[in-house]
Amino acid sequence: MKNYTDLELLRLSKAKRTGHKIGVTFRSIPGKFKRLGIKIGLFFKNLVFGIGHWFRDIALTFVRGDWKTKVSYFVMGFGNVSRKQIFRGILFFFFEVIFILYMALFGGRYLSKLYILGTNEKTIVDGVELPGDNSFNILLYGVLTLFFIVAFIYTWNLNIKQNRINEQILKDQKQLDTGKDDLRALIDKNFHKTLLALPTIGIIIFTVLPIFFMILVAFTDYEASHSTFFGWVGFDNFGQLFNWSNSGGSKFSMTFGQILLWTLIWAFFATFTNYFIGMLIAMLINKKGIKLKKLWRTVLVFSIAIPQFISLLFVSKMFTTDGIINSLFHTHIDFWNNQWSARICVIIINLWIGVPYLMLVVTGILMNIPKDLYESANIDGANGFQQYTKITLPYMLFITGPYLLTSFTGNMNNFNVIYLLTGGGPETQAYYQNAGRTDLLITWLFKLAVNKGEYDFAAVVGILVFIVVAGLSLIIYNIIPSTKNEEEFQ
Amino acid sequence: MAERKHMSMSTKRRIGNVASYVTLALISIIWILPFVFLLLRSFDVGNTGPSSAIFPEKFGFGNYIYLFTAGADFLKWYFNTFIIALVVCVVQTAMQFSMSYVLSRYRFKLRKFMMNFMLVLGMFPGFLTMIVLYQVLKTIGLTGANAVPGLILVYVASSGMGYYVSKGFLDTLPKSLDEAALVDGATRAQIFVRVILPLCKPILIYTVLTSFMGPWGDYVFAYTVSLGNEAGMNVAAGLNSWLAPNMINDHFAPFCAGGVVVAIPVMVLFLFLQKYYVEGVTGGAVKG
Repeated sequence: MKNYTDLELLRLSKAKRTGHKIGVTFRSIPGKFKRLGIKIGLFFKNLVFGIGHWFRDIALTFVRGDWKTKVSYFVMGFGNVSRKQIFRGILFFFFEVIFILYMALFGGRYLSKLYILGTNEKTIVDGVELPGDNSFNILLYGVLTLFFIVAFIYTWNLNIKQNRINEQILKDQKQLDTGKDDLRALIDKNFHKTLLALPTIGIIIFTVLPIFFMILVAFTDYEASHSTFFGWVGFDNFGQLFNWSNSGGSKFSMTFGQILLWTLIWAFFATFTNYFIGMLIAMLINKKGIKLKKLWRTVLVFSIAIPQFISLLFVSKMFTTDGIINSLFHTHIDFWNNQWSARICVIIINLWIGVPYLMLVVTGILMNIPKDLYESANIDGANGFQQYTKITLPYMLFITGPYLLTSFTGNMNNFNVIYLLTGGGPETQAYYQNAGRTDLLITWLFKLAVNKGEYDFAAVVGILVFIVVAGLSLIIYNIIPSTKNEEEFQ
Repeated sequence: MAERKHMSMSTKRRIGNVASYVTLALISIIWILPFVFLLLRSFDVGNTGPSSAIFPEKFGFGNYIYLFTAGADFLKWYFNTFIIALVVCVVQTAMQFSMSYVLSRYRFKLRKFMMNFMLVLGMFPGFLTMIVLYQVLKTIGLTGANAVPGLILVYVASSGMGYYVSKGFLDTLPKSLDEAALVDGATRAQIFVRVILPLCKPILIYTVLTSFMGPWGDYVFAYTVSLGNEAGMNVAAGLNSWLAPNMINDHFAPFCAGGVVVAIPVMVLFLFLQKYYVEGVTGGAVKG
């Protein structure tokens, strides 16, 4: 393909110019992938080098440091205390004591069993119950202990860094921070650490730790039927995914493929029907000469304001064979028992929930489109449709690009609409564990875990959902022109 | 000639407007109709099961009275949900806002890492962690009848991850405000409390509103954690239990009545604060 300069491009006919633009976009895709690959490579390179540097620094500090620093390698906080930073020193020392006590009395036991998750099951001999190993607790506390070890290494490193810095400060004949200074810094220089402490700890304990745990569960055979005694199975659960033979009794891979396909189809339709219909309604309300704008908006927003479990459950009952819809039209259609009608219904009913959000989002943006664009288009004699495709739509797509992506992945995980409307049904024998035809990966995951107690497979599905969502986001974010340069906003 | 052309333009516009009004009216009817049906069903004392009739056989307040009698646990559920929502909206707003403030205003070493990390964490389906959290809550005895504190803990704990919308708002406040206050000798904490917080009223109201409304609608986790124990349910889990096959035949109309009673305060709150909600949604959408 030829490369044009800007001037040559302007001289081309319209069709050719568009063709050229599309060509350029497609040609840049491999390059973008290459850059993405390089980025990932660089990340790992930096990681390895970073760890190398860290070890070197630790060793150098030990060799070059004075005796106080050297003792601090074993008794945390010693350097601080001996340099009159009593407050910090005591904190460090306490942390070390707690860590050692924890490991000796509690963590060590679980950590040592983590590799096998317990060996003896609970047994009943002569009516006496002999307690066995509890694999769930071993895994959970083992993971907790691992996190604690990481926290300890981090603190230990901090302790050594402090020694290094303090030595330097004293060598320069400057004052060290006192305990009072430290406390004052918490509301001034280190105020961000104060603010972040609670939210970060919450996220680590209630999100990071559980996710890490569940990733590990995907490599075990943890199921409700033997929830206290299970072991590692390696990649067996993932192996089921690639076990295409139906004769083996495992429909897992086929079910996964089918549900993934439907999830993507659903997300595509749910996102784009909402997007275009929401935009059209917003434009209709925003049109010059339409009165009662506020009323129309408020009416639509009703479906956001009412908790979904009420509205969706009620609507779901409206569509049953003896529901209101059938009696209104004197028909007898079983909407929820046919896979196609059920699928179409959820997409249509989802409009009812999703369009108002879009309308709110779009209304704000529509008002920001420069009016003179439309005025000059009017003078040039462009009709409404042309104005829409040439001005409104490109502008909207440009601004809402990131929003479209998040709503796509949001729809892939749109649990409420599917679960409350159909419960994933109609269920079918053809699927693994009787999953349903409208089940998304997320509802399937929920049913596997809560109804069937197959935690191991639920974990596998969860990881795959993550891989799909993360992969899509990574690719799309790197390919679409990003409007997200945050420093530019400020 | 010119006159006629002008006339036809305005007639055209008028026809266009009429068509628009008709479309809008139709859309509004479609949007409102389910609620009208819900309301009608809630007054049906003749047939309390699912029904295909649009108008009740017999009008009456029986279903509403049933909700508030001792036989139904509705009041208990309502109270549970209210407590949860109250605590969650305070704590969640505080945690979310701290997180967004720091990420918006400070530049520190781990900032980019934290943001990317939370982005990645957010890509894991939320239910994945539910299995563990449920087991842990069960171990410490916060399930079943004691589900309320357990639910609060889980709703609140990770709320820092929802910092995006508030951060988008904070990013639009000029940094010169902070700098001017710093020059005047204010501490960072003073800047946060005296300068930034008063300017953030709209986004704070938005956060409070959304976090207050969240627990009213949460069905899945509340249902799982309450273990079918009526004393620990929120309204969503409780009302939904009335739709179980063995209950639905005489509990569908009370379900509708309960739905109305739940929806009204939430709706009033929502419509009242709609302005802030719109600001939040649009702000978040544009800036991501």
